[in-house]
Amino acid sequence: MNANAPTKINRPLHWFAVATAIATFLLLGAGGLVTSHEAGMSVPDWPNSYGYNMFAFPISKWTGGIFYEHTHRLWASVVGLMTTILAIWICVKDSRQWMKWLGVIAFLLVVAQGVLGGLRVTMKMDSLGIFHGVVAQTFFVLTCAIVLFTSRFWIELASQQKTFSVPRGLRSHVLFVTILIFLQLILGATMRHQHAGLAISDFPLAHGKIWPDTNPDAIARYNAERMEATNVNPITAFQVILQMVHRIVALVIFAGVAAAVGLSVKRLGKKDSLTKLAIFWLALIILQIALGIATIWTNKAADVATAHVLVGALSLVTGALWCIIAFGRSAKSPETQNETFGAFGTFAANK
Amino acid sequence: MKISSIFLLAATLAATPVLRAADIVGTITFKGTPPAEIPLTQMEDNADCMAMHTNTPTTHHYVVGPNGEFGNVTVFLRNADGSEISGKSTGAAAASAVLDQKGCLYDPTILAVQTGQKITVKNSDDCIHNVHAIPKVVGNQEFNDPQQPGGADLSYSFPKSEMFLKFQCDVHPWMFAWVSVFDHPYFCVSGADGKFTIKNVPPGKYTIVAAHRKAGEQTQEVEVKDGNATVNFTFEAK
Repeated sequence: MNANAPTKINRPLHWFAVATAIATFLLLGAGGLVTSHEAGMSVPDWPNSYGYNMFAFPISKWTGGIFYEHTHRLWASVVGLMTTILAIWICVKDSRQWMKWLGVIAFLLVVAQGVLGGLRVTMKMDSLGIFHGVVAQTFFVLTCAIVLFTSRFWIELASQQKTFSVPRGLRSHVLFVTILIFLQLILGATMRHQHAGLAISDFPLAHGKIWPDTNPDAIARYNAERMEATNVNPITAFQVILQMVHRIVALVIFAGVAAAVGLSVKRLGKKDSLTKLAIFWLALIILQIALGIATIWTNKAADVATAHVLVGALSLVTGALWCIIAFGRSAKSPETQNETFGAFGTFAANK
Repeated sequence: MKISSIFLLAATLAATPVLRAADIVGTITFKGTPPAEIPLTQMEDNADCMAMHTNTPTTHHYVVGPNGEFGNVTVFLRNADGSEISGKSTGAAAASAVLDQKGCLYDPTILAVQTGQKITVKNSDDCIHNVHAIPKVVGNQEFNDPQQPGGADLSYSFPKSEMFLKFQCDVHPWMFAWVSVFDHPYFCVSGADGKFTIKNVPPGKYTIVAAHRKAGEQTQEVEVKDGNATVNFTFEAK
């Protein structure tokens, strides 16, 4: 295959990538429901399920928390299979060497994610649950990036001689906010995998104050006053502080994304596709904040909390795709070619 | 030995009161109205479990009788200086404590055992449970085991003392029980009538503790010297 020949659009491959990304998004939801229903340990063994081969576990036994955990494992197997097919397809049919590596990385990441999930159960480690949640989000970004790279939009962008570049300051700003969203997701995953329910059960105040007390007497009082109806762990000072940091970072992210919209309008114009993407991004963040508040006001209702996870994932993906497109455009632009990362220059040239 | 010495020894012994182990008994009461219990609404989505109840069960954080009798309070002894009593466990020889799963609820929800004492977990339900204990003290091992309906009883023990070690079922997230583990036999859990008895306490001075997960902890000094000692506790609504 001539590595210098322009890449051809492979529509079936692209649409299979879309299907894989959608399947991954649904898996994020399924996994989110597992944690939201505190069902992560409801199937004590892995890779079997209560001694049965996972694919032969009787439906009559899919009760309570088992329903969420077991169906999530089954759907994960589907995503694993789809990712394997996608990786092989890319390696065979895509002429871009870096895309082949991306396919291999996707395959390795989905295998690692499956093993992480299994080890979380067999080793009974909440910390592995946090990794499992974060890797899930990262994998979702990767599948969406593959969708972008196999799309007509990207391939045509790469074949253009000149593009309208995105100013470096704007690119850096959006990259920074996207990284902040990723850190916020890590914070959120850490909060959820404390399995302590809501460490702060009121909003906009926190235990009746702007900044809650976290001394031992206060923590003892929070635990004494909480009448839990599920098997949540006791609240700790660390969890209270974690939620407060999560709230503050949410405000910083909102300000950052709002600024990204303003800067895009000013530097790119209202009609630029990246400006429109930034506006969509801001809408997602507003929705995410509303869902975060609703999570508290509904006492962490499982469907609301899971929706909060999903919109968080979409927020991360939107920022990541914005960055990729912006860097890709700038790599082709004569004004910015010298300041763009060499790798993105390679991406844009499809070499 | 001279007869006079024998008489002197016998007289001395007769004059000295014999100090025997005795019980510490008492009653725990709750003044005021405890917080309202919460309906286990998540159970309503589970037909297997709801089939065993006529109404939706509630939590049982407070077990308070009509006259303020306060049940499910863990009562135990510490040394007189407040330090934990250790190295006195007879758990290995003690009868097994039983934790049952009935109606998709743990029975009892508050349990106290000795280090090394066997805890037998039963599944009296017609549905799967998983038995998941989450200790916090290093040395006590976390476990998570399936238990089929009609399946064999499971047995566990813990080598380290720990207050309110959580047992939970992840299939049914409203199921939880708290097991306190002591390195001595001087403890009990108050009954629904608020009464408690700590049996066979050696003579001496102690600190007696009444601990409730929500209502808090109270301590008093107690001395066992001549027959049973009586200590009462009163918790108040906050």
